[in-house]
Amino acid sequence: MAPTRDEQHWMYRNMVTSRKFEETIAGIYFEGKTPVFSMADGPIPGEMHLSDGQEPVAVGVCAHLNPEDVVTATHRPHHQAIAKGVDLDKMAAEIFGKATGLSGGRGGHMHLFDADVNFACSGIIAQGMGPAVGAALSRKMQKKPGVGVAFVGEGAVNQGGWHEAMNLAATWKLPFVCVIEDNDWGISVSKGDSTAISNNADRAAAYGIPGVRVKDNDPYAIYEAAGEAIARARAGEGPSLIEVETYRLAGHFMGDAEGYRPEGEKDALFEKDPIPKMRAKMLADGIASEAELEAIEAESAARVEAAIKFARDSADPAPEDALTSVFA
Amino acid sequence: MNVPNERKLTIARAMAEAVQQEMQIDPSVFVMGEDIGALGGVYGNTRGLLEEFGSERIRDTPISETAFIGAAVGAAQDGMRPVVELMFVDFFGVCFDAIYNLMAKNIYFSGGNVKVPMVLMTSTGGGYSDGGQHSQCLYGTFAHLPGMKVVCPSNAYDAKGLMTAAMRDDSPVVYMYHKSLQGMGWLATEPGATVHTPEESYTLEIGKAKVAREGSDVTIVSVGLGVHHALKAAEQLEADGVNAEVIDLVSLVPLDRDTIRASVAKTGRLIVVDEDYMSYGVSGEVIASVTEHDISVLKAAPKRVAYPDVPIPYARVMEQFCLPNPDKIVAAFKDMKAA
Ligand SMILES: Cc1ncc(C[n+]2csc(CCOP(=O)(O)OP(=O)(O)O)c2C)c(N)n1
Ligand SMILES: [Mg+2]
Repeated sequence: MAPTRDEQHWMYRNMVTSRKFEETIAGIYFEGKTPVFSMADGPIPGEMHLSDGQEPVAVGVCAHLNPEDVVTATHRPHHQAIAKGVDLDKMAAEIFGKATGLSGGRGGHMHLFDADVNFACSGIIAQGMGPAVGAALSRKMQKKPGVGVAFVGEGAVNQGGWHEAMNLAATWKLPFVCVIEDNDWGISVSKGDSTAISNNADRAAAYGIPGVRVKDNDPYAIYEAAGEAIARARAGEGPSLIEVETYRLAGHFMGDAEGYRPEGEKDALFEKDPIPKMRAKMLADGIASEAELEAIEAESAARVEAAIKFARDSADPAPEDALTSVFA
Repeated sequence: MNVPNERKLTIARAMAEAVQQEMQIDPSVFVMGEDIGALGGVYGNTRGLLEEFGSERIRDTPISETAFIGAAVGAAQDGMRPVVELMFVDFFGVCFDAIYNLMAKNIYFSGGNVKVPMVLMTSTGGGYSDGGQHSQCLYGTFAHLPGMKVVCPSNAYDAKGLMTAAMRDDSPVVYMYHKSLQGMGWLATEPGATVHTPEESYTLEIGKAKVAREGSDVTIVSVGLGVHHALKAAEQLEADGVNAEVIDLVSLVPLDRDTIRASVAKTGRLIVVDEDYMSYGVSGEVIASVTEHDISVLKAAPKRVAYPDVPIPYARVMEQFCLPNPDKIVAAFKDMKAA
């Protein structure tokens, strides 16, 4: 199953929007943090985990999702949020800690919540699993359409909570898909140094469900694997597991010196940047003209610029609002 | 001021040095945790150890806190002295069973037949907009549950001595270090935490508080970063002719109630500063230590400057609104005077 022309345009647009968003955030992040770097300073304080390079996973999966489907993401959520259709203005404002943000500045970059498109995050590794499985359970019990999708990093697969959620989803045959973004690193620890097997899709066998590993960050192959898994979930046939080989083109968080990366690894990864690759393929396949691609790129850049302007122009929350919203 | 032979270390370096020196003399000490090897710890507290001791004794773990903290309990009961790191205290949620049902109880369950000599080091604190899952202190949560000692250094000298004492203790010690005291390149550090630290190994008694500043008009009790807020508040109060005594608890378990009581008996006034949530926590416990013992020493009702009972917000203005600071301590004192 290949993505249609329109789907490919949508996928490319979201990849470019995500990358543009991350590049813009990266530039702004250092404002107010020089000459002495302190994470506490500047318009965007706190940890910042960028998703450059991992865009194909988000778009290949979310191309199959509707707003009613439930997605949980991680500490590295921007690409997934964008592909799931989270309001970009409010998302940018949340990252700037503004009153107009998704949660009025209470959550921040690791806690993006947009109930309109059923998107949520947890900064605790693997803890998006339970809520996504629970959403799948709720849909099944309510006989409502919709699937639960949990995006996790390859490091999350070594958490007990990950296995518990997988078993629960499989035992109850829930409409759930777990998508592992294998960027080979959990902060400074490589997958090989932390994980007993090299292909986490093999772990699906432990739950008696299908498991697929997609190689080389290929948006088309991701689209295909996710399409099958989500169709299976929608048909009531139970959960699936997908692991995607993807690339972390940035540090773990901004300010990471990445001394642990082998020499030359990053240069090699930039060679395989998925965005120019998809662009070239769309051109070669006659799916998009140069002019169309340029228009997509310009529109994406304008969209990001508008969101950042909205965020910058928005007011800070009232300090005492910190005390509100604790209970429903 | 230039002090001869002064050797100022950050808390991060002081912790790493303590572990290094103990590993040199005690082959049963080893370290496990996430990113504690090549990276040297997200908070620098294991820097250089992998190079000296190798990956057999300096073990990067998978992101599997339940497994490696539980494994530390087993290794500790079997003759090793593990030092394990829970990168942020907030992550206790995924592994608390290993901590409070195993680490903290196995000595008791065995009637003292087994020892659990391990150190669980973990970072605490916010103030840099890292959001509500990466900014908590949770001092009260750990101190509440019996069976684990809890220490919390406010400076590098104490940090080194406490770490060495913790590694030599036959009971589990939770070692809570505050990010804003740590001396990392990526986060501003309270300068008062980086102090002279002797090179040779030494221990600090666990369970003993310190008088960080002597005074006669009010006692301000705190721990970790809060001690520095209290010292700054004491300076502000001095300008108003008020002489504040500052108590650095150093250890939360055992809690040095005698030192607190002696100070309040002298000053008659008590303010507790705690970056942890206000209710059911350290601040209430400190106050109870005084009021249960002898309420007649108090000239005014005690005050708390603590984190309000809400999750920690991301936005800077909201987070700063919630956090304790020197001005809030001074205001608490003025409030107390008025009452
Ligand atoms: C339970 C828990 N342990 C540790 C951490 C600290 N931490 C944050 S991100 C990270 C690495 C995650 O690696 P992976 O799951 O592969 O995701 P990636 O960062 O590569 O996207 C770690 C250890 C955490 N947030 N939660
Ligand atoms: Mg990873």
